[in-house]
Amino acid sequence: MKSLHISTTINGDPVEFICDPDEPLLDVLRNRLGLTGAKEGCGTGDCGACSVTLDGRLVCACLVLGAEAQGAEISTIEGMALGDHLHPLQRAFIDGAALQCGICTPGILIAAKALLEKNASPSDEEVRYWLAGNLCRCTGYDKIIAAVQVAAAEMRSA
Amino acid sequence: MVKVKLWGSLRHWTDGQSVVEVEAKTFKDLLDRLCETYPGLAPQIRRGVSMSLDGVIYREAWFQEIRPDSEVVLMPFMQGG
Amino acid sequence: MALDQPKREFRYVGTRPNRPDGVDKVTGRAQYGADMTAPGMLTGAILRSPHPHAKIVSIDTSAAAAIPGVRAVITGADFARPDDNFLRDVQENCMAREKVLYDGHAVAAVAATSAAIAKAALKAIKVTYQALPHVTDVDAAMKPGAPVVQAGRALENVPGGMSDNVTNACEFGHGDLDAGFAKADLVIDRSFKTAATHQGYIEPHACLASVTADGKADLWCCTQGHFFVRTLCSAIMGMEASQLRVTPSEIGGGFGGKTTVFIEPVALALSKMAGRPVKIVMARDEVFRATGPTVSSSMDVRIGMTKDGRITAGEANLRYSGGAFPCGTVDMGAQAAFAAYDLAAVRTYGWNALTNRPKEAAYRAPGAPQAIYAVESVVDELCQKLGLDPLMVRLKNAAKKGTLSSYGPTFNEIGLEATLQAAKAHPHYTAPLGKNQGRGLSCGFWFNFGGNTCVSLNINTDGTVGVTEGNPDIGGSRASISLMAAEELGIPYENIRTIVADTNSLGFNDVTDGSRVTFAVGLATIKAARDAIGKMKARAAKFWGIDEEAVNWVDGAAVPAGPNAGKFPPLSLAEIAAVSPQTGGPIAGHYEVNVDGAGVSFGVHLVDVEVDPETGFTKVLRYTVFQDAGKAVHPDYVEGQMQGGAVQGIGWALNEEYIYGADGRLQNPGFLDYRIPVASDLPKIDTVILEIPNPGHPYGVRGVGETPIVPPLAAIANAVSRAAGVRLTELPMSPPRILAALKG
Repeated sequence: MKSLHISTTINGDPVEFICDPDEPLLDVLRNRLGLTGAKEGCGTGDCGACSVTLDGRLVCACLVLGAEAQGAEISTIEGMALGDHLHPLQRAFIDGAALQCGICTPGILIAAKALLEKNASPSDEEVRYWLAGNLCRCTGYDKIIAAVQVAAAEMRSA
Repeated sequence: MVKVKLWGSLRHWTDGQSVVEVEAKTFKDLLDRLCETYPGLAPQIRRGVSMSLDGVIYREAWFQEIRPDSEVVLMPFMQGG
Repeated sequence: MALDQPKREFRYVGTRPNRPDGVDKVTGRAQYGADMTAPGMLTGAILRSPHPHAKIVSIDTSAAAAIPGVRAVITGADFARPDDNFLRDVQENCMAREKVLYDGHAVAAVAATSAAIAKAALKAIKVTYQALPHVTDVDAAMKPGAPVVQAGRALENVPGGMSDNVTNACEFGHGDLDAGFAKADLVIDRSFKTAATHQGYIEPHACLASVTADGKADLWCCTQGHFFVRTLCSAIMGMEASQLRVTPSEIGGGFGGKTTVFIEPVALALSKMAGRPVKIVMARDEVFRATGPTVSSSMDVRIGMTKDGRITAGEANLRYSGGAFPCGTVDMGAQAAFAAYDLAAVRTYGWNALTNRPKEAAYRAPGAPQAIYAVESVVDELCQKLGLDPLMVRLKNAAKKGTLSSYGPTFNEIGLEATLQAAKAHPHYTAPLGKNQGRGLSCGFWFNFGGNTCVSLNINTDGTVGVTEGNPDIGGSRASISLMAAEELGIPYENIRTIVADTNSLGFNDVTDGSRVTFAVGLATIKAARDAIGKMKARAAKFWGIDEEAVNWVDGAAVPAGPNAGKFPPLSLAEIAAVSPQTGGPIAGHYEVNVDGAGVSFGVHLVDVEVDPETGFTKVLRYTVFQDAGKAVHPDYVEGQMQGGAVQGIGWALNEEYIYGADGRLQNPGFLDYRIPVASDLPKIDTVILEIPNPGHPYGVRGVGETPIVPPLAAIANAVSRAAGVRLTELPMSPPRILAALKG
């Protein structure tokens, strides 16, 4: 199979890469572009640890082909902070101890950010259902939901 | 002399006694004397035993001193996760 | 060890500062097992058996080796056979020798210049198997005539005449059972089964091994215990400990499942053969098929109770299977089963039988959740049938200081009564319940331990401090360790940086398990800080021209001990540090110890559920965890352990199970069908931390990490049984099982 040459935008930066036609975006990010923030927890779209946004849409990078990035805008965890200014969600997670091992954290932050962009005042239930595709095994989700609400409140008052 | 409580399945090697007495001042003495007196205990002791001394568990502490009036209980070597 | 006056007033310990690795983890900067690369790196891949039990007749790797880009191919024959049984089992589990023992058992591995080539090379390896009869059920494996997984593995404690699959037998307890049961007004005898479950860490195992031609090796891996990894790998590879340096990555969950090795010896062997670094990352289905799930169990429990709620006798027969290799976890379960109770007559019998399943690894408190699920279910049923309040009965029979425990020792100060009283006083206990709703409670317990620990603490010339420890941080421990160092030194938490160092930097550190880190590494950190303080006091004494004994350490500074010592203003840590080069050299403290004196941690869980009688679906409505932490060094992380463990237990009780087909193959090796709890399944998990100090630690700390997984199984089973109006005795209580029970 012949490799493909892809041009895309990642976290606002123009990026070009070569990939195999059947190569997932997750592998491209991690193995070709050094963006290891998105994690492979399952490779089959069940755990959400590889969550990124593609043209503003929340997706599992393991279920998207690298080729589909052509001409698109991709956001990963590496682009969430602005320089040394953490996003309110990132700060809320640290302040609220909403992570233990942290492997699910990039995916959950990307997913939570996508939620708050659609719905600035979600109920706890809405947050839980939105994050149902992001598995966490350490925290029991309690402090994660609380941190998302703290960030949401801060973002509403900004 | 120290009284040592053995768990149930070890009694097979001590003629059914669940408490045996040995002369021992330290944990290592205790294990050595037990192996000498009851050779059937040796395989388990080699695999590993912990000791509860007056309610405090010592996983492996050869030179831990044992008083004659201490409560000494042998336990399988502990593992966790 | 004798300890100084225990500290009970704290300045830093007990606060909730931000963790040092927080920014790294929320920005994606933190490096986990699969995030490391090396120049010239090859990709490793493992070929696994599709059979649950088979002889390996032959393996032909020639076609694979000939593929361009393939730099190494290995099989079990490429490993030396360790003499020691334990090490031999670990090695054989990493790669099969004459037989494959479970679906997914590794048989060969390759290293190639790309993942695609490695995949193609695996396809080109020709393995000829001769399938053998298999057995995956523990009771079936114990029957005479069952297919024998491995012959000749029974320990000396197994009575004659049992199936060859029975490898371990144990018995604990005391008292006259017959007399005890005779005193009971009601005796209930029930059988229970639990399926094997997996720790379900979101990060698959991953490692990067680099062996050089001079016989040295570097290994990067996600692990709970890199010193133990070094022990295992150096033994399996025939290397000396000093030749193998293991560096732990950040770890994406372990819970006991990353306390051994699976892929690391394979990566090392491939790297040695290829002369290049080799990276192996497990796929999710490999994690389920070929790492270390829990035992599966079949249990019988019999308990007698008087009509006013006194337990007169308890007996349990526990049959566990730890997979295809001998496993001692039943010893732990048999000891823990009745640990919460003050009983005159109690007996537990435990057995382990081999099955064609992967080799067990610990999952939080190994062996205890299963046994305590069975015991607490029977206690609850007795309460129901006798019309007694379940909390009152627990309080009536609770073990306390001076109780002869069911596993032998007499208890010192323990927190069970306090947790029960806290549950009784909590509004959750008396909140009203609606239709199809039920409330369940369970006690739970874990031994905890200490272990080999080394800490080094260095005072920088600018007055900040570096703490070097050897235990991978699985729950926020670096923050707690910095807090304890801050407390001793009397300097702010922010001035201390705690790191986890590689195997070359410190003496041996036991695995991060046994709920040991805050307790043991904390203790060693306190001692290392006191060591450094001693040295700083000596420097101050030199400045002032007085004896070292005349110097105290208060609020981060050396001060004269009394008016007779002299009138000198305090010399702060920063001031002493700044001139340390001129006053004798750099200042450091260290401490190496095998810690004993860990305190047991008791917990009580309360849960309300609603069962839908049409679908069998269980909704968890409310959950409260009560647990004794001795002293909560960083309360956020203690709460985190309580909440996380409770939710794992919820999954275990309601959904999670290893499902084997009649063909002996694992049917659900993925997160879609191995269903762990998701955010929308759960309510808030409320926590109540009690603090009954452990005399074995300077601050009273008790480990908390493992106990929280023990009570949920029975708490939920009791709640579901009451909500559904019928007693469930098999886990998980998935909707089909509940519907079947409702139909009768």
